[in-house]
Amino acid sequence: MTGARDLILGRVRESLGRAGATGEDAARRERVATRLREHPKGVVPEPADGKDAVIGQFMAKAQAAGATVEKVKRDDIARAVSAFLRSHNLPQQLRMGADRRLKRIAWQTRGAPERRAGPSDGNDLAGLSYAFAGAGETGTLVLFSGADNPTTVNFLPENHIVLVDAKDIAFDYETVWSKLRRKTGAGTMPRTVNLITGPSRSADIEQTLIMGAHGPVRLHVIVVTN
Amino acid sequence: MKEPESLLREARGILREKFLAADVGITGANFLVAETGTSVIVTNEGNGDLTQTLPKVHIVLASIEKIVPTLEDMSQILRLLARSATGQEMSVYTTLSTGPRRKSDPDGPEQYHVILLDNGRSTMLGTEFQDMLRCIRCGACMNHCPVYQAVGGHAYGWVYPGPMGAVLTPTLIGVDKAGHLPNASTFCGRCEAVCPMHIPLPKMMRHWREREFERHLAPSEYTSNLKLWAWFAKRPPMYRFAARLAATSLRLLARRRGRFSTLPMAGAWTKDRDLPAPQGGTFISQWKRQRGSRR
Ligand code: SF4
Repeated sequence: MTGARDLILGRVRESLGRAGATGEDAARRERVATRLREHPKGVVPEPADGKDAVIGQFMAKAQAAGATVEKVKRDDIARAVSAFLRSHNLPQQLRMGADRRLKRIAWQTRGAPERRAGPSDGNDLAGLSYAFAGAGETGTLVLFSGADNPTTVNFLPENHIVLVDAKDIAFDYETVWSKLRRKTGAGTMPRTVNLITGPSRSADIEQTLIMGAHGPVRLHVIVVTN
Repeated sequence: MKEPESLLREARGILREKFLAADVGITGANFLVAETGTSVIVTNEGNGDLTQTLPKVHIVLASIEKIVPTLEDMSQILRLLARSATGQEMSVYTTLSTGPRRKSDPDGPEQYHVILLDNGRSTMLGTEFQDMLRCIRCGACMNHCPVYQAVGGHAYGWVYPGPMGAVLTPTLIGVDKAGHLPNASTFCGRCEAVCPMHIPLPKMMRHWREREFERHLAPSEYTSNLKLWAWFAKRPPMYRFAARLAATSLRLLARRRGRFSTLPMAGAWTKDRDLPAPQGGTFISQWKRQRGSRR
């Protein structure tokens, strides 16, 4: 293992004209460490003007990517979720994780969707997740793995409903990474981070675009305001 | 349902069972992030995601040039990838995997292995092909290439089609086996113009042609014919005379049909199609005539 690694790194150094170098070169090490520590931004698109514009762009871009999008008050989440299921003729059943924000939803006592806890085994028609963040530049949702929002809920059910708090919608990906570093600590990551932009699709057959290749056929995004 | 849709539904159902039953999922990586030890996969379908979520073991096979320093560096290239590949602003799924499932995770693989491959990359460094290591396999060069449009992907005979293949394949399997790829270019330059990573593809194809020439790999008829052509090309009056002679005699030979279905020394061409006979004189004579009539 280490043999192959040394061989490759040795060849890299040689090709770069640094034959004989050991990798212990302090100045180069420091340059690498600085780059990783400071993670400077590259070219970032100019953000939409103001928080409302960012949310507006997030919704428009997600829609352009094939998702359906609505903005609802926190108290109306249960009604919006039920209405989505009904409008697609789906049973009132949901797969969802243990996120506290999901538990706090004010489900009605009568006619509320049946909630199944835990990861999906592929037999659920609809899944409900709470996103960590949104990126307005492309209408992208950011979710990560764990008991709160199991990754299988993002991919196995044919219908995926994702809640995202309006306050968690940033403009660019870089802002989301800063937020993630604050949450998990710099240099550490959850097992899986999913950036999701619209429902699954394929154009591999006759170059015809069809939704629902291996992931959800429908993605419904609910932007939650207070 | 229309046919493509029912085919996709069928594939979804059958492959879903395979994804659920598999013990090991193997993916490549669009990027590897040094900052966090993360592998990144970009898809529209979600196949890569099922592969790295459902099986017990996730193995990543990727070559070393996929490594970027930070999440910021990944984001910058990510903005180029989908736009150049499919014209989307962002692909549907960009998935970052870091390590196996955590203690409290209810799903995800129990093991995660990353295998870094060199596969010729370290020897490309420091050569005139170094720029090619920036390639993100978006395929823009290929989609804009007139040669690729005419011959299609399989004609390239190896993993990478289009201009990127014409540059990469000789580095991976040798210019002696793949020298015809960098030769099959019109050098129109569209590949370089559309490449989001600013890779000078035509320049590198030219380097391959030089190397092939230096190593005397081109077939002897090829070089002797080129020498013959060069002799004439350096003597314009002779060139014009020979061109006129050839055009006229071919026209006369072809008679009213205007084409040849067999011709000595052009068997490879006429095997699958006719060779049209020259009509209306040489380029120079037509040029003179047209300029004269415009005045
Ligand atoms: S050479 Fe450039 S255009 Fe072609 S696939 Fe690579 S990055 Fe894309």
